[in-house]
Amino acid sequence: MAELTDLTIAAARDGLKAGDFSAKELADSHIRAVESARALNALVLETPDRARSDATASDKRRSSGQSRGPLDGIPLAIKDLFCTAGILSRACSNILDGFTPTYESTVTANLWAAGAVMLGKTNMDEFAMGSSNETSFFGPVTNPWRREGDNRPLVPGGSSGGSAVAVAAKLALGATGTDTGGSIRQPASFCGIVGFKPTYGRCSRWGVVAFASSLDQPGPMTRTVRDAAIMLGGMAGHDPKDSTSVDLPVPDYEAALTGDIRGLRVGIPAEYRMDGMPPEIEQLWQQGANWLRDAGAEIVDIKLPHTKYALPAYHVIAPAEASSNLARYDGIRFGLRVPADDITAQYEKTRAAGFGAEVRRRIMIGTYVLSAGYYDAYYLKAQQVRNVVFTDFKTAFDAVDVILTPTAPFAAFAHGELAGDPIAMYLNDLFAVPASLAGLPATTIPAGLTDAGLPLGLQIVGRTFDEETVLRVGQVLESASSVTAEPEAWWRVD
Amino acid sequence: MTDDEVETYVGELSNIFEWIDQLSEVDTQNVLPMTRVVDVQLPKRKDEVTDGGARDDVLANAPETDDGCFVVPKVLE
Repeated sequence: MAELTDLTIAAARDGLKAGDFSAKELADSHIRAVESARALNALVLETPDRARSDATASDKRRSSGQSRGPLDGIPLAIKDLFCTAGILSRACSNILDGFTPTYESTVTANLWAAGAVMLGKTNMDEFAMGSSNETSFFGPVTNPWRREGDNRPLVPGGSSGGSAVAVAAKLALGATGTDTGGSIRQPASFCGIVGFKPTYGRCSRWGVVAFASSLDQPGPMTRTVRDAAIMLGGMAGHDPKDSTSVDLPVPDYEAALTGDIRGLRVGIPAEYRMDGMPPEIEQLWQQGANWLRDAGAEIVDIKLPHTKYALPAYHVIAPAEASSNLARYDGIRFGLRVPADDITAQYEKTRAAGFGAEVRRRIMIGTYVLSAGYYDAYYLKAQQVRNVVFTDFKTAFDAVDVILTPTAPFAAFAHGELAGDPIAMYLNDLFAVPASLAGLPATTIPAGLTDAGLPLGLQIVGRTFDEETVLRVGQVLESASSVTAEPEAWWRVD
Repeated sequence: MTDDEVETYVGELSNIFEWIDQLSEVDTQNVLPMTRVVDVQLPKRKDEVTDGGARDDVLANAPETDDGCFVVPKVLE
């Protein structure tokens, strides 16, 4: 048999059920994989003892006929943005130095209740602000993929870069991510895995360190669409502790993967065909449409006229909300404190030492656009543009069932390549942000490779709370593209 | 922030706001600002205590505490 770390969640579930291996053996394989991959810097905290005890408990349940379902015994990595009781949760920021929550986020509590096994906390951009995982206080993450004939380290994308790498390098069977403006989808695309952002409100935000509260949404990152469906089922659900959590039943997402998309209408938005887009991405997009047509879908040209305004609107709304959310880091109640003689100096010293450059930049933008003289011109205007972008989607979904686009305008780039140019960095999320502003479910599916051998993803966006159709189309795309390439395990130290 | 940092931020932030200014091209007359994506009423509940008695939890991560309180530098003369 191949190594246990090669399995998908679905195959591991079946193997555990059949008694081919134990949850303990599965956990041990992944603990070893994590330890041998420290060169990637994907995890900022390893919790091997916790993983072993979770796995032992899972085996015990299974042997007494008390198994809790498909995630029981499945080893997962958790983004550092999720609060985990008794385990450091720092959002990869120095300002949360030493922060050890006494409570558990609802999403991770749901996963543990389903029997999942915790391997550790994954690296990420500080407070989820970034698209390359270079803003983490704990240093950059390295993508397991490299360009052919070129050993320069590449970024994994961000902000959920550590989670994407943990899954792509087979350190975990799945990982949690969060997506505010592409933070699940863009790194998943860069690392050649599946990333799924549910509809805003589908997964609880309670216990997830807040970045931009009207946009933040947790979701699964996995190696297959089926695994994303299984993991989403374990994360989703109504939570009275999050006032924006929606009280809807959680469907059986795996059952939605029928493989049948005959008659489904797939929209191709003209506005996503941007000047300067690499031809290989445009070709892959066309290829993706062809695959779906061959599977029986109808391809429909649509218009989303305000697409180009989504990204600047996002970069008003998200920092505005962030500047307000991050006001809580005062060095008094938790996290870092840099002592000073008076309270104002203490606030200033603490926040200067605690926040990195990108976070500070966004706090400044946010406080500026919310300030009395500029509120209408920036914040209010951006909220109106958000409504216009939302209306574009609403109109489009009268004519189509899903929308197909590239996930990102380019493939993974080298460490430092976009440093010093914030707008170039923001453009990573050009295609991801519109669906975020509209709160729509969206996934990225590994669909091909660049000429240099790097993964490229295609994005499928669906109607509000229609995760099932997005997953169904995603799986058809996944089978048609049948990307089998894997990164060479150059990072491995045994 | 050091003077050098201020210099860098001024340049970057000016560029970012110049880029954001393209929002003025969008006609938003009579468009309502969007504050939520899912059109539901915020849930309501009875105004009663549902939580509490967790002083030790609340203080557990504080850099400095004394006798069940957060400690801050002197704020009143």
